[in-house]
Amino acid sequence: MSPRFGIRIPRARVVVLDVSGDLRADAREDMEAAYADAAAREPQAVVLNLTEVDYMDSSGIALLVGLLARARRDGRELSAYGLSDHYREIFTITRLSEFIHVYDDEPSAVGNVPAAT
Amino acid sequence: MQPPPVPVEQAEISLSPDDPLLGYLAGIAEPVPVDRIPLDTPGVRALREAHISLVVPLVTSGELVGLLSLGPRRSEREYSTDDRRLLQDLATHAAPAVRVAQLVREQEGEALARQRIEQELHVARLIQQQFLPKELPDLPGWHVAAHYQPAREVGGDFYDFLELPGGLLGVVIGDVTDKGVPAALVMATTHSVLRAEAAQLVSPGDVLRRANALLIEEMPPHMFVTCLFAVLDPATGRLRFANAGQDLPYLRTAEGVVELRATGMPLGLLPDMEYEEKEVVLEPGQEVLLHSDGVVEAHGADREMFGFPRLKRLVGEPVTGGELIDRVLGELSRFTGPGWEQEDDITLVALARLPALAGSGPLPVDETVSLPRDARVLAAFEVVSERGGERGALPLLAEAIEPLGLPKGRRDALATAVGEATMNAIEHGNDCRPDLSVRLVVAATDTAVLVTVTDRAVNGGGTEDVELPDLDAKLAGAQSPRGWGLFLMRELVDEVRVRDSVGGHTVELVQHRNGTPP
Repeated sequence: MSPRFGIRIPRARVVVLDVSGDLRADAREDMEAAYADAAAREPQAVVLNLTEVDYMDSSGIALLVGLLARARRDGRELSAYGLSDHYREIFTITRLSEFIHVYDDEPSAVGNVPAAT
Repeated sequence: MQPPPVPVEQAEISLSPDDPLLGYLAGIAEPVPVDRIPLDTPGVRALREAHISLVVPLVTSGELVGLLSLGPRRSEREYSTDDRRLLQDLATHAAPAVRVAQLVREQEGEALARQRIEQELHVARLIQQQFLPKELPDLPGWHVAAHYQPAREVGGDFYDFLELPGGLLGVVIGDVTDKGVPAALVMATTHSVLRAEAAQLVSPGDVLRRANALLIEEMPPHMFVTCLFAVLDPATGRLRFANAGQDLPYLRTAEGVVELRATGMPLGLLPDMEYEEKEVVLEPGQEVLLHSDGVVEAHGADREMFGFPRLKRLVGEPVTGGELIDRVLGELSRFTGPGWEQEDDITLVALARLPALAGSGPLPVDETVSLPRDARVLAAFEVVSERGGERGALPLLAEAIEPLGLPKGRRDALATAVGEATMNAIEHGNDCRPDLSVRLVVAATDTAVLVTVTDRAVNGGGTEDVELPDLDAKLAGAQSPRGWGLFLMRELVDEVRVRDSVGGHTVELVQHRNGTPP
């Protein structure tokens, strides 16, 4: 079975992870598989595309916390784009936005990753 | 010169109340020399032995109230006719006075006895009332009612509600044979024994078996306790019960009224008794009535008994006729008529499962209690307790609040908070049991939207998020990545209130409509 969340590589050492549907506890395996897939490309940054996420709850936030912890251990930067105003607010409330930079769209998210050294 | 007075001799003579002498004296009602009494009874012999020569009966209203007994005349002559007339006059005046004195003494004695009895009744009432529940359990989706009406000579009725683990409710109704302080003390003992046993045992049959074994040791002779013990699961309507000789409860079903029968001997009578355990499920709209024998054994003016058939008919009457207990008491009062001296305690306990909610529409009373007076209910619905079930509630919430025209930010924030509350209710409150549902009520006032989310508190209520989530701690692995639910609710809506009751746990979310508290 193919993973639910696909990955794309828009430029060197940057992987975009396309999340879709509900972001809740039951998305854990898909999320971990997609991150493992992304990590195998040894990216400097992982960008979460949340444009197609129409529902997120506290268990989804827990998934993002887990993902963030893992990315930090791996030394990869995590950012996101495509969040509605409501979920942007939730990122602020939970302070996730302090660790996951939220961009308006893909070009700004991908473009803001510093060039590899 | 007068001779010095000779000391008067006094003699103790006791007469048996059934000595024929007394009847004879009451009959002749005049002074009579002892040697002319035509009887030879122990009383007459006693008079002779005490050297009594003349007896003067004190008779009033044909009743012998005393006797003057005189020894021989000092002059050693017979008592003259004048003497006897004088004595008769004395007797005529003395007899009513003696009678009055006797009555006064009797009444003083009776007043003392009455006072003692009143005092005892007072103590018995105090003991009994000490052990009656102070308030009714608050069960979402149920209406619980109870009525206790003591007879003047306090009988031994009692009832009790017990909060049991897992949101279950124990219900007790019982009656101690005998009255007054001894009955009240046995009632108190039974109450304590049942409470102690019910806390440890789930099975009503086991509770009664253990209670019987303990009470056998404590019970005064010739006393016993009838008692019904039931355990209700408010979430499912399941009622398990065992009965130690109490009158059978009546259950109103769609098919008619049925008796809830389970066999067992009264408590405290015989050792090693077993109690049959039965179980029914109360469906929405059904009601069960527990009652003490003071109801069916009440007598009307013509000595007819109220009886079981009459009570059974009342239980089966359409619910539109008002509360069941009120209907029973109304009928009882018409049956016994005015000036009725209540013979025995009367105790009634009714458990009604409220009809299921269908969409919006009128709500059961207990769910609207917490809503402000001016709140309008916009919608009420239930979601099944399965993971992700909260997603189903959100379109219904959106539809219900749509006419209010809330700003989008406020609407989204409320939706997320309701989703969190519902998820907690499904996963923690109802432990994901598919037979249980979570009930949501959406209401509005002019200034705010209110949403209540109620679960069955199968794990005893309370909420899982106690520690304030801290992202740094979570990233460092010092806190679980989860635990955001209550925090999000508090951040996203203006007020979060939590209410716990027997068999239910409710979260109330309040969102002000213009975004700032009024």
